[in-house]
Amino acid sequence: MTGLSRRQFLAAGGGLSVAAALSACASPIATSFSGGQPRTADVIFWHLFGGGDGENMATMLETFRESSGLSVESSLLSWGNPFYTKLALSTSSGRPPDVTVAHLSRVPLLAQAGLLEPVADQFAAAGITEDEFTPAAWEKATVDGTTYAVPLDTHPFVLYYNTALAEQAGLLDETGENLKPMRNSDDFVAALQTMKDSTGNEYAAVASITVDPSTCWRLFLMTYSGLAGPIVEDLGTRVTIDRAAMEESFAFLQGLTGERGLMPRTATATTSSTLFSNGEVGFLFDGVWQIPTYRDVEGLDFNVVPFPALLGPEPVAYADSHALVVPASPGRPAERTENAVRFVRGLLDQSSTWADGGHVPAWLPVQESEEFLALEPQSNYTEAAFDAVYDPPGWYTGAGSDFQTAMGSVVASVLTGATDPAGGVDALTSSLQTFSTARPPV
Amino acid sequence: MTATALPAPRSGVEATRPATAGRAPRSENRAGWLFATPFLALYLAFLIGPVVIGLVISLFNTTTVRAGVGSWVGLSNYADVLTNADFWASMWHSALFTLLTTPILVLLPLLFAVLVSRMSRNQWFFRLAFFAPYVVPSAAVCLIFAFMYTPETGLITNAFGWFGLTAPDFFGSTSGAWFAVVLLTVWWTFGFNFILYTAALQEISEEVYEAATLDGAGPWQQIRMITIPLLRPTIGLVLILQVLSSLKVFDQIYILLTGGPNYTTRPVIQYIFDTGFSAYRGGYAAAATMVYFVVLVVVSVAWFLVRRRSNSADA
Repeated sequence: MTGLSRRQFLAAGGGLSVAAALSACASPIATSFSGGQPRTADVIFWHLFGGGDGENMATMLETFRESSGLSVESSLLSWGNPFYTKLALSTSSGRPPDVTVAHLSRVPLLAQAGLLEPVADQFAAAGITEDEFTPAAWEKATVDGTTYAVPLDTHPFVLYYNTALAEQAGLLDETGENLKPMRNSDDFVAALQTMKDSTGNEYAAVASITVDPSTCWRLFLMTYSGLAGPIVEDLGTRVTIDRAAMEESFAFLQGLTGERGLMPRTATATTSSTLFSNGEVGFLFDGVWQIPTYRDVEGLDFNVVPFPALLGPEPVAYADSHALVVPASPGRPAERTENAVRFVRGLLDQSSTWADGGHVPAWLPVQESEEFLALEPQSNYTEAAFDAVYDPPGWYTGAGSDFQTAMGSVVASVLTGATDPAGGVDALTSSLQTFSTARPPV
Repeated sequence: MTATALPAPRSGVEATRPATAGRAPRSENRAGWLFATPFLALYLAFLIGPVVIGLVISLFNTTTVRAGVGSWVGLSNYADVLTNADFWASMWHSALFTLLTTPILVLLPLLFAVLVSRMSRNQWFFRLAFFAPYVVPSAAVCLIFAFMYTPETGLITNAFGWFGLTAPDFFGSTSGAWFAVVLLTVWWTFGFNFILYTAALQEISEEVYEAATLDGAGPWQQIRMITIPLLRPTIGLVLILQVLSSLKVFDQIYILLTGGPNYTTRPVIQYIFDTGFSAYRGGYAAAATMVYFVVLVVVSVAWFLVRRRSNSADA
């Protein structure tokens, strides 16, 4: 047999495919060997938004592409525990995206580890300065005096109410739309009691308690923060619990589900959305990101407001924020950084599209615009963004962390009545001990 | 029944071999290594390499937020692991899962394999039916079962109602969660052990049964006196394979329950994943892996010793 032998054929084929993989310098395969960042678009962007938020983000990206003429490659990474691991690994190995979304509660660790570019002069030149943002969010984006993230929104834990049921219970003021003001926990409990009595429902309010430690944690930290400061300091290595305040918070929350019978002790996310959608409870405690879920429920007329001051003198809103960060990459050319800054500014300018998902824009030019003020119910709880309390800074705290699961599980056992308030304080303290004594990664 | 006990047969085939009997010629030896190279390269790159790296970083404060191995911490990662209650709790969960699943997965497939082997026709159907679930990917199995375990609306939840029982809280309670994951595992991995037993049953010569029948042994006597004793090596194999694979449990529990409620079903591999990946503590997680690795080695060696003793007792 003349011509190509099988061996020659295979060798040629193999050689060709290697050559093809390495030929174009910009190809991701080549850069993965050379250790550079792939250059497949002007801006490489990572985010974690599915569902309605994802659609809004897609609209914003499309608008930015058209107006700026830059190409944007956007990757949706699944939200959950490993998101920040992927971000950290890609950055520490020198191949990060140009811009990514991060929760502000996760910024302290990323900043301490040197994985983020500070929000510096280039951003200021593009008009991205402290005075244009909700102060609480900007402050949370700042670690040891340096700002590392550009807040996009604030998404607080808020109070939903069924307008028709509230009216029936006489809880609305003369506008017929807003709740009568509540000044403290007594007013709040009285309102829930009135709601329960006047509607004849079994419960007045619901929160997703079962298999939902994050919601439990948000509810607890909001209550506790009215009385005391952060539960840990020094990036999570020092426990600073106020036992009395914690016991008081637990006792108050347990009263709602326990002796007063105002809320069910067990309720999954499905239970709470069913009860609230069907008008079987008048109040729902949840995050603003659930607004799109209820907006489309037929026959449900509801409004969303910040929680009133409960145990402390001032109202407190547990919140987190989505922020835009530029991961550190020593080899990134100045031109790409410029594009990244333009991109960040481009997204901020479209904050009103983003607000559709229930989030309060952190960008004041939009937050104070007519367009946003006309948006209902989003514009009703803007103050919550100003009263925001975030997860305490720590290497293990933040959105989607094991810390929230561990803390929330303790809170859940108090809410179901399995643990008494004093026992809850002990359990939370000992759980916190495991985190605070572990060797920090930074 | 070891190879060394056999005297070298001086048969015709052996005689044609070169003088150094039992040793391959050099060229054949070289070809052997050459053929093994792709495997050895992959084995070094993906098994030996990572184990060595794991051993090294377990002595450092390696983290996933920084490049490099981090600062030297000696054996303190090991000290931390050994004194960590969460680690031991998760070790216990892996052990508990093994205790719950191994007896069922060793005995039930044996029973069904023996029963199927006694059928005179259509055995292929049962082999297929029992083995089919094993080829379904774990994610698919878990999603389907999660669907059936759903409170209020799930098929399994409702099935309890048909018998007048109340279904346990499959996701919210610890005992319910264990029940859920064990039931899923038994259904899913049953077929593998079943096939091992079936293969062993086919090895048993028909003549032994014929002889037994002639001697007047009934079916039950045949199973007890012939089938089970001749299956003993296979039962031992299935047992150790099952113990090792149950100790390695991760997929089902992670996908179905993420170790919940409140980490009460979290197996040790998920603990390692959580600390190493979610909490960025690579060095510590590597130390936990090494401790777990030692436990697995101890189990394997113990099994080997027990087997060797029972084999020499047989001889």
